[in-house]
Amino acid sequence: MNRIQKTFARCKAEGKAAYVAYLTMGAPTLEKSFAAAETLLGEGVDILELGVPFSDPVADGAVIRAAANRALANGVTLADVLAGVSGLRARHPDTPVVIFTYYNILYSYGLKRFADEAAQRGVDAVLVVDLPLEERGELLDVLRPAGLTLVPLVAPTTGPARVRAIAEGLEDSFLYAVTVKGTTGQRASLPPELASRLTEIKRLVNLPVVAGFGIRTPEEGAAVASHCDGFVIGSALVERFMKDA
Amino acid sequence: MKTHYGIYGGQYVAETLMTPLHELEKAYADAKRDPAFKAEMDDILVHYVGRESPLTYARRLSEHLGGARIVLKREDLNHTGAHKVNNTVGQALLARRMGKTRLIAETGAGMHGVATATVAALFGMECEVFMGAIDVARQSPNVARMKMLGAKVHAVSEGSATLKDAMNEAIRDWTANCDDTFYVIGTVAGPAPYPEMVRDFQSVIGKEARRQCLKAYGKLPDQAIACVGGGSNAMGLFAGFLEDPSVTLVGVEAGGKGLATGEHAASICGGRVGVLHGSKTYLLQTPSGQIIDTYSVSAGLDYPGVGPEHAYLADTGRATYTTINDDEAIAAFDALCRFEGIIPALESSHAVAEAIKRAPTLPKEAILLVNLSGRGDKDMENVERWKSGRVGR
Ligand SMILES: Cc1ncc(COP(=O)(O)O)c(C=O)c1O
Repeated sequence: MNRIQKTFARCKAEGKAAYVAYLTMGAPTLEKSFAAAETLLGEGVDILELGVPFSDPVADGAVIRAAANRALANGVTLADVLAGVSGLRARHPDTPVVIFTYYNILYSYGLKRFADEAAQRGVDAVLVVDLPLEERGELLDVLRPAGLTLVPLVAPTTGPARVRAIAEGLEDSFLYAVTVKGTTGQRASLPPELASRLTEIKRLVNLPVVAGFGIRTPEEGAAVASHCDGFVIGSALVERFMKDA
Repeated sequence: MKTHYGIYGGQYVAETLMTPLHELEKAYADAKRDPAFKAEMDDILVHYVGRESPLTYARRLSEHLGGARIVLKREDLNHTGAHKVNNTVGQALLARRMGKTRLIAETGAGMHGVATATVAALFGMECEVFMGAIDVARQSPNVARMKMLGAKVHAVSEGSATLKDAMNEAIRDWTANCDDTFYVIGTVAGPAPYPEMVRDFQSVIGKEARRQCLKAYGKLPDQAIACVGGGSNAMGLFAGFLEDPSVTLVGVEAGGKGLATGEHAASICGGRVGVLHGSKTYLLQTPSGQIIDTYSVSAGLDYPGVGPEHAYLADTGRATYTTINDDEAIAAFDALCRFEGIIPALESSHAVAEAIKRAPTLPKEAILLVNLSGRGDKDMENVERWKSGRVGR
């Protein structure tokens, strides 16, 4: 079992939902974002998603965009984030670390170079917002030999056959179920059909499912995750640590 | 459906948009097979847009230059004043077919925004246009036109506050509202099927020009020249001549203050392969993959990417890509005004400038076919400002 599988097995044994935390690295500073990761691990976060900023974050709402702009103004790069993972990995040997970004960042870095360095630093998986099923082969071809996996996403618009196809071959990862149509960020409410949607997705795939987008607190997350295996908090955490700046 | 051109193109979008894209692919494939769709499209192109657009021999300019004959494909004479409307008519018809009631668009120079607002009014649809705040300022006549036509214009002040950022915002809107909203992309960029679909809708330019040129001059043009922002007017022109190896295809990118200064918008001539707005293509980017702020006096060319088919044509050598700087484009703008009584768009002025460079080196028998993609009414103030040294940015 890899770190991701072990983590979900442990959460299940403990009868809790996996808490996945997203942070935009480099905001308000690179050091502070890694310190925020440490703080969150102390608060019971199970999996870290480290966001690498991109100039054109089309899938992100205002909060994460503002953080990405700050990180870019600080000159933070993929190499900086990867370098920081080494320290995290040394202190937290069992915590899954996911690099979360847009495809151009990886493509520009060189896919093979990225995969090899990420594996060497202790990264477990990669989540690429703008890399759907149809285009992911090129990246998987270099991730697999390096021992890394990919975190796939399904959206409210994804039909059942496609949900299955997206999950296929990534059984060593977890599936990110986007709760709403739209960008990241907090919302007045989550859609009423979310519970049945998560139940449906769970039935279709055989890897852990986490729900993300619009979840503000671990309590809210745990409620949503009663229909799946975990939840993601992103914008709310980014906002909190930007405020602390 | 063609999704890739060599390594270029593809569908690099968030999962939420994949199903809407597949629905669009299917609707477009159905429409293509439906004679009623083509008939309605053709009817609108003739009786509303005013096609076909003429081919005009730029006699005084050509004689002044003393070389090849420069011939203009007059897309500036279309309703709304540019080639953009060829595409928005097609996409609005598709939107109606798909039961969508709201059109959104990104726009740079504002011509595509105006063309989208126009067809929205024609079909009784809602319309919202995203436009960079800098472009709102430098193309204000078009903002007024869009509003007059009933569209809502959102000024986008993020990033470089130009076309790329307008497109980001349009993609975000579409992601949130894909149930009732059709995203009318204004160029041959974006995820598949947009590059192919927009090219198909614009190919009327090249098909007409080929026929007109044969009829008027008894031969094909030696060169077909068009400006390249995202590349739709160029792809539309090139589409008519791809199978004619004797016709040299020339795409003209915005050289801004000069390639060497870094202040330009020449994605093919000065960029590197990457992924933005749904396709893999040439992009202007930093070594770490951040998209660079582009610069051109012409808002419609001020974009850091280019349609994937152009990237492919550049690699295969079927088309050649070059740059024209701001000052050369402005000189060509003046020349066309004074020699021909035609006020061209600043975008199109880049293509005219390239023809002005090439004509004197060629014999009189040679024909340079230039796509005059739009008219310059929107640029009057911008040109004055540029000449007085208060450049548009
Ligand atoms: C008149 C005109 N020509 C050309 C362009 C550039 O777009 P494309 O390269 O897609 O033809 C624009 C865009 O706004 C335009 O308004």
